[in-house]
Amino acid sequence: MSNIPNDLRYTKSHEWVRAGKDGAVEIGISDHAQGALGDLVFVEVPEPGRSLSAGEACAVVESVKAASDVYCPVSGKVTAGNPALAAQPELLNQDPYGAGWLFRLQISAPIDDAALMSAAGYANFLAAEGH
Amino acid sequence: MGQKTVLYDTHVLQGAKIVDFGGWEMPLHYGSQIDEHNVVRRDSGMFDVSHMGVVDLRGDRVLEFLRGLLANDVARLKTPGKALYSCMLLPSGGVIDDLIVYFMSDTWFRLVVNAGTRAKDLAWIRRHAMSCSVSVAERDDLAMIAIQGPKARERVLPILPAAWRTRASKLAVFQGGCFDSWFIARTGYTGEDGFEVMLPVVDAIATWTALRATGIQPAGLGARDTLRLEAGMNLYGNDMDEDHHPLECGLAWTVAFEPAERDFIGRQVLEGLGRTSDDELVGLLLEERGVLRSHQKIIPAGEVTSGTFSPTLNRSIALARVPRNTASPVQVEIRGKLHVASIVKPPFVRHGRALIPIQP
Repeated sequence: MSNIPNDLRYTKSHEWVRAGKDGAVEIGISDHAQGALGDLVFVEVPEPGRSLSAGEACAVVESVKAASDVYCPVSGKVTAGNPALAAQPELLNQDPYGAGWLFRLQISAPIDDAALMSAAGYANFLAAEGH
Repeated sequence: MGQKTVLYDTHVLQGAKIVDFGGWEMPLHYGSQIDEHNVVRRDSGMFDVSHMGVVDLRGDRVLEFLRGLLANDVARLKTPGKALYSCMLLPSGGVIDDLIVYFMSDTWFRLVVNAGTRAKDLAWIRRHAMSCSVSVAERDDLAMIAIQGPKARERVLPILPAAWRTRASKLAVFQGGCFDSWFIARTGYTGEDGFEVMLPVVDAIATWTALRATGIQPAGLGARDTLRLEAGMNLYGNDMDEDHHPLECGLAWTVAFEPAERDFIGRQVLEGLGRTSDDELVGLLLEERGVLRSHQKIIPAGEVTSGTFSPTLNRSIALARVPRNTASPVQVEIRGKLHVASIVKPPFVRHGRALIPIQP
């Protein structure tokens, strides 16, 4: 059973969103996603200053096996990409909700709550998908 | 649901992530593909390769038959148990499959063929075997376990019956031998020393468990792929197929043009090409961050046939088909962007050592 922290919100494409103060958010991929991908060996995060729309492919995570796109869960402007992932992509496997965060964003529009799931909602979604 | 080997339940109990591989439900990894790769390079790991096809060919004219069927020349095999790597070709020169052939006796050879090509291989072999009165028997009663790594042999020997040990310990590289109903060969697909063991299906679970108890780690097909690519070994379906002949696949060394009078299937076309090809298979080392994958386009020309991340080199490596004498470096298109890659001569890694220079 994968770890699904209660204080985060989730997408159907397995990203998580941590809302901070004044519209700052942190984004990563779920424990389930990192487990399904396997050992990650390359991560490409968006450059600071880049404007992203919700649903836009904005990062790439590659395991030994395959490359997968990460979709931005909310709209906004990138404030930081996780600099540690270039040298240590395995942080994403080891600590997907902490040291393995992907990028930070200043939102440009209120978060569309209908597009995101709570921890319980995401757990149900995974169960329904047969995980 | 795909086919399962006799060890399927054992893999699931040991935490394997199971994937479909050529119609077989096989372990991809048991937790970490990279850890499994590294343990094979440093110590030992074992792979269930029972999905591969073991085919016994018997008959008084079996030598003559195989000398016509295979691009390499089985007449080179003089010692019983000795193995030879060969391609089996279409008349066009295209590769039907790559395989290992063992010389068992004057009237008996054993082939080990790929899982995904097993059915078409058998059909092709049977079609040609009739004219030589050679019998073709698939050995579904055998499982196969590959134990690979610098410590593989020393870990395997103690679990064998005492009467077998001395002879098993003296097997030369690419040499196998019959031990009652088992066949043990010093072969593999990782670039490390080790054994490939064919054994009765009924012995497989107990043997796997005994090997595990000696400290040999189970390893999945994920690690098998990164190990073989580091070792510069081709994968059928990626690096060779029916649309490419062996000279375009880095396999000229496996085509025996001598003696000139041996008429194997595909020879005429290869001779017509002057025993050479416009394209060749080379190794690539990505000089930037990223991961090479099959079908990525190469600038000025060519295509990646197998690409991965090399855990030993901590870089991405690949096999690629490019026009002969392409100058290094080349560029590879990864998600619309061009990345620099050097052309290098495989293997990338052998016996735990990097064989190509890496600039940090």
